[in-house]
Amino acid sequence: MSRDAFERSLLRVLRPVTIAVLFLATAFPFFYMVTLSVRDIQELILDPGSLLPDRLTLDTYKDVLTRQGFLTFMGNSAIVAVSSVVITLLISIPGAYAVARLSFFGRRQVHFLFLAVYLFPAIVLAIPLFVLFTMLGLRGSLPGLILVYIAQTVPVTVYMLRNYFETVPASVEEAAAIDGCSRISTIWRVVLPLSKPALMATGLYAFMIAWNEFLFALLFLVERRDRWTVSLGLSQLAGSIEIPTTVLMAGSVVLTLPIVVVFFAGERLLTEGLTAGAEKG
Amino acid sequence: MTKSRTLREQEGRAGLLLISPTLLITLVVVVLPLLWAIMLAFQDVRLINIRRAGLFGNYTLENFTYVLEEPGFWSALANTLIYTIAGTALSIAIGLVAALALREKFKGRTIVRASILIPYVAPVVAVAFLWEVMLNPQYGIVNTWLSEPIAFLSQARGTFLGVQVPVALLTVIAFEAWRYFPFAFLFILARLQAMPHELEEAATVDGATPTQRFRYVIMPQLWRIIALLSVLRFVFTFTKFDDVYLLTGGGAGTEVVSVRVYNFLTARDDIGASAAQAIVLAVVLVVFLVVYLRFFGKAEERTA
Repeated sequence: MSRDAFERSLLRVLRPVTIAVLFLATAFPFFYMVTLSVRDIQELILDPGSLLPDRLTLDTYKDVLTRQGFLTFMGNSAIVAVSSVVITLLISIPGAYAVARLSFFGRRQVHFLFLAVYLFPAIVLAIPLFVLFTMLGLRGSLPGLILVYIAQTVPVTVYMLRNYFETVPASVEEAAAIDGCSRISTIWRVVLPLSKPALMATGLYAFMIAWNEFLFALLFLVERRDRWTVSLGLSQLAGSIEIPTTVLMAGSVVLTLPIVVVFFAGERLLTEGLTAGAEKG
Repeated sequence: MTKSRTLREQEGRAGLLLISPTLLITLVVVVLPLLWAIMLAFQDVRLINIRRAGLFGNYTLENFTYVLEEPGFWSALANTLIYTIAGTALSIAIGLVAALALREKFKGRTIVRASILIPYVAPVVAVAFLWEVMLNPQYGIVNTWLSEPIAFLSQARGTFLGVQVPVALLTVIAFEAWRYFPFAFLFILARLQAMPHELEEAATVDGATPTQRFRYVIMPQLWRIIALLSVLRFVFTFTKFDDVYLLTGGGAGTEVVSVRVYNFLTARDDIGASAAQAIVLAVVLVVFLVVYLRFFGKAEERTA
């Protein structure tokens, strides 16, 4: 057999094997997460190797949502995530427009600043913000947390939006200006309607950051159980021995599901945005 | 006066006005705190005496000498390096393999692709908890497949085929590779799909085997994106806190510098020492980046 034929037949075997391994390695843990969340803890302890539950139960979800307070946590996460999205967009739309279209003093340096913020380690920032928030008595407040999330996402969203705004033909805007639109109404009536996909992607990005974030939620909110986000709630309760693992698994499904739904709803938009703007993770 | 302003001046003003909210929030929440963090690293401050420690308080190098003299810091720095280099290399290597495997269409590709992205998209708290449960020595599913249970996350050392291995550190690295290979996968796949097919077809006609095509046609076109991915993953992993903290809490020989920074800040309430370690971490990162860019910038020049 020639080298070429050998390699081809080897790849014909290796390729499906690789695909199967990748699929199992990524899908199995989440499949296990879901099946564990709908069974009783007794069953897990008696037969830890079983993959499918003998008896389905949804009591785990009832327990985690009400008794463990995940409904409150979800409310907090929703407040934090939605406010972050709205304010991030309000700040980054004009910012991105300015960087894309207008020449002003320091426009080139702005890029450098954004890149620096994007690559900047959160752990270094955590120290002064922790101290500052303690001094101001802002620890335990959701607005403080939202402020930090906005500051972390805005540089990236400005970059993402700028890339898109640059594809909007300037002639369309000039036409609007001749028709008597001011700059603000040109943005509002012409640029934004043309940029819906980019706005969606940007919003999803900000939502995911705020929903998934852990370090700042831990530093700012840990002492106030009624203010916990879902991420913080799960991480804090995971150490407790009183709460059955299956109940906590239900909690992690509750934490994961919204983000997976949101991601796949806007997946095409997001991955295009991601590979263009590169996500922080 | 305002009447005589030129269009260019107007544009400059409008630009600054529109960008100002962005600049303001980055200044207040990122730039100023960073400067303050540097100042804190040179002061002897705790939460109790912070109000007395004003801007022009006593500056000292004590935090740095204290921090650098502790053996825990150096082992944490070594762990950070091992964790970062291994995690970065593995996630990119697996991402490359995944991208090559999923390059051509096949039945069910959409589903496999979606599945591959989930570890990266899912919240870190949820996946870390999932790993903890799956690797639990008592009821974890992985340990039911093994003849002898392994405490993956709480055992510092173990023997594997007669060789001593750092069990927990390897597990954390595996987690890193599993969680972040989709990131590399996305970038590399996008690059692969943007490549013109003609080159490969020409190589095939000339009799190049699949590995030769990979080595001489595909890889040369991927180096740039792999170099970029290495920088990004290195920077993010080097200062990463969540993953290690959630999996092991920094125990069992997995303490990385960022977890130490957090512990000094909260448990020990030693803000100065915490800030000093964070600054050292950032400086080491910058040094690595400069060395890397020098090295690769030169390599790039040679190939160009």
